[in-house]
Amino acid sequence: MATTTPKIIIIGGGLAGLSAAIKVAELGGHVDLFSLVPVKRSHSVCAQGGINSAKNLKGEGDSTWLHFDDTVYGGDFLANQTPAKQMCEMGPGIIDLLDRMGVPFSRTPEGLLDFRRFGGTLFNRTAFAGATTGQQLLYALDEQVRRFESEGKVRKYEYWEFLSAVLDSQGVCRGICAMDLRSMELATFAADAVIMATGGVGAIFGKSTNSVVCTGSAAGALYQQGAAYGNGEMIQVHPTCIPGEDKLRLMSESARGEGGRVWVPRNPSESRPGRQVPEADRFYFLEEWYPKYGNLVPRDIATRAIHKVVHELGLGIQGQPMVYLDLTHIDRATLDRKLGGILDIYEKFVGDDPHDVPMKIFPGVHYSMGGLWVDADQMTNIRGLYAIGECDYSIHGANRLGANSLLSCIYAGFIAGPNSVNYAKSLPAVPENLAASFEDEKKRQAGLSNLLLNNQGTENPFKLWRELGEIMSRNVTVSRYNDKLQETDVQLVEFLERYRKVNLNDKSMWSNQSFLFTRQLYNMLQLARVITQGAFLRNESRGSHYKPDFPERDDTNFLKTTKAFYAPDADAPRFEWEAVDISLIKPRPRRYDSK
Amino acid sequence: MANKSVLFKIKRQASPTSEAYWEEFELAWRPGLNVISLFMDVALNPVTRDGKPTVPINYDSNCLEEVCGSCAMLINGRARMACSALVDNLEQPLTIEPFSKFPVIRDLQVDRSVLFENLKAVKAWVPIDGTYALGDGPRIAPVVQEQAYQLSQCMSCCCCMEACPQFNESTGFVGAATIAQVRLFNMHPTGKVLKEDRLQALMGDGGIQECGYAQNCVEVCPKDIPLTKSISRVGGDVMKKAILDFFRT
Repeated sequence: MATTTPKIIIIGGGLAGLSAAIKVAELGGHVDLFSLVPVKRSHSVCAQGGINSAKNLKGEGDSTWLHFDDTVYGGDFLANQTPAKQMCEMGPGIIDLLDRMGVPFSRTPEGLLDFRRFGGTLFNRTAFAGATTGQQLLYALDEQVRRFESEGKVRKYEYWEFLSAVLDSQGVCRGICAMDLRSMELATFAADAVIMATGGVGAIFGKSTNSVVCTGSAAGALYQQGAAYGNGEMIQVHPTCIPGEDKLRLMSESARGEGGRVWVPRNPSESRPGRQVPEADRFYFLEEWYPKYGNLVPRDIATRAIHKVVHELGLGIQGQPMVYLDLTHIDRATLDRKLGGILDIYEKFVGDDPHDVPMKIFPGVHYSMGGLWVDADQMTNIRGLYAIGECDYSIHGANRLGANSLLSCIYAGFIAGPNSVNYAKSLPAVPENLAASFEDEKKRQAGLSNLLLNNQGTENPFKLWRELGEIMSRNVTVSRYNDKLQETDVQLVEFLERYRKVNLNDKSMWSNQSFLFTRQLYNMLQLARVITQGAFLRNESRGSHYKPDFPERDDTNFLKTTKAFYAPDADAPRFEWEAVDISLIKPRPRRYDSK
Repeated sequence: MANKSVLFKIKRQASPTSEAYWEEFELAWRPGLNVISLFMDVALNPVTRDGKPTVPINYDSNCLEEVCGSCAMLINGRARMACSALVDNLEQPLTIEPFSKFPVIRDLQVDRSVLFENLKAVKAWVPIDGTYALGDGPRIAPVVQEQAYQLSQCMSCCCCMEACPQFNESTGFVGAATIAQVRLFNMHPTGKVLKEDRLQALMGDGGIQECGYAQNCVEVCPKDIPLTKSISRVGGDVMKKAILDFFRT
């Protein structure tokens, strides 16, 4: 029966999830919003530099078409063009809306929105709120959702984990199975539609720029339930991160947008501290190799250049895998105004003041362009199940441009929200008693939990995770070789074997974080195989995916979306390829090194 | 230096109703350790200093970059974020405890939902008409934006509340974070239409009058938010409103 109040479940309270929640609530639907953390603490807070939109407030002749062209070209033509174009067209309206919600965007003297330049474009197209734009955007949406919450239109389930979708006998999504992270109570929830907004997969690579919750576990669980996973092999490695013991902290692209220069000493045995190395002895390799874009080449290009300088030319600072990112030539007041937040982070975590000392940085895993496959409505191949934001594969193709992620999150939420409401309204009468489907799924999950808690093995799950991260970071990031990828997949199968012998020394049934993490680890291992095998099968170089043995893009064979399906019998991914929508811009060679 | 180690003790508690106890750990020192990486090391090898097997430490964390507000706890007695607490800057043995003024969930996890309820009570949002296309937002001078941005960086970590002598069950004080958000939204050209409601919510018991100007809040705030200044500004507005209300009745 069609319900009068559409009931929508949203998983994840980052920018994408909150955007969808606002649209659903505004259209008269009811939202149950599930999140591992209080939504205000979601990973979107980590986005620093800004959000793109072609407002053209700098008299540069920018347009949404040019933004679209940069996005598709930046993604090396792997993105479906119709949704990418739609996103760029919605950009200016989204900025205006955020501005009306009170986001403290940085301003020009006239009181208008200020814009800065980011990688992969020649235009000042990036609106920003200091150096914590993601945090500020998330807060604005969080406040609007809190307003709906106080009106009873949104109900939050914070500290709850999505475990699986509940599917009816036709394979249509009818709800979810979830666990309260504190009481560890299992429960099922019914809905007309479910929207996944669960973010990236950084933890599969061990240390990354991602937050702790970005494990990809939810997407991995759905993949095993039949959801297609698109372009899993497309993993962005951000060129400028601060290596740390617990994570790799992002140094925003805005540091280069505001004039930061990347260099190494020309002499590999240079012993002077960075600041004392004279201009003539510095190698500004991005500026030399890419004169037109300079330090603002797209991320995949900058990352490979840094790897080349360090690993091939042996020019890392004092033999270490690090290069300088230098802001010391910019005056203190400008830096404080435009980059204060991120410079504080560097100083806090490293102990050096980037106003005075060039920062030491190195590339790190940052973003997954791949994700759950969706159609133009943001619906996955499972009816009634939507995916939005970083956990969906659309928009960014083989490489994401800086400051396009915040936009794509909000765009996808604004598409999926209304679409889920329409879907709910047109949902035909339930043909069967669904109680059994819910009961079965809950039983299945309870069985898995018991198995894990009572397992008598010897493997420490955290050690297993560390090994997973090390091999994935070594073999499935910047330069990919087929023999190494095969070796990695063999290793992953072995990890899955070892997982069966995992031993939880904490058997508590109250807020047991080891148990919760270990359950996620299984889905991470399954998804790691999708990423690795996808990379193995794509014998070309495109965007972030680079194979030295296949250095060219191969449109004849690989201008295609990789679609991975879980094959239960083989307990392995099965692959299909789908044509890319190139209806608007004809693919052309992607070169940033011309003048 | 060879064989250098890190000594730390953690106040643990298995559940909200069970007894708290201390455990001591000793790990090999490495450069660049923060408190979070100590917890990660314990998970890899959960054994106490005296060789007793134990279980990994439960704690809230997410971004590890001091922008999400998750990993607040007491480290050497001070309310702060565990991610930005660098071991080399701290006196050993480190003492690590959960916040004392919030209900303990388990180990270092506490329930800080009271702040989110407070934000609801003061209507900490800009009441927009809707998300459909309504054109540009209001013009805002850079100096006003900079003030707003400072306040808007509050990540709801609750350090200011933990450190405040007035924040306790007997006063029911709302705390500095919420008051600073009232100032933020009352400054906004659209947000200020709810100014009266927000000030009203801060009047009476547990309201802004409970502040004793100890200034601990501004001392511990990891984001250097001008909390005491905000309290005095909003306090002035509340006073004005009280006087006006008196003459209106």
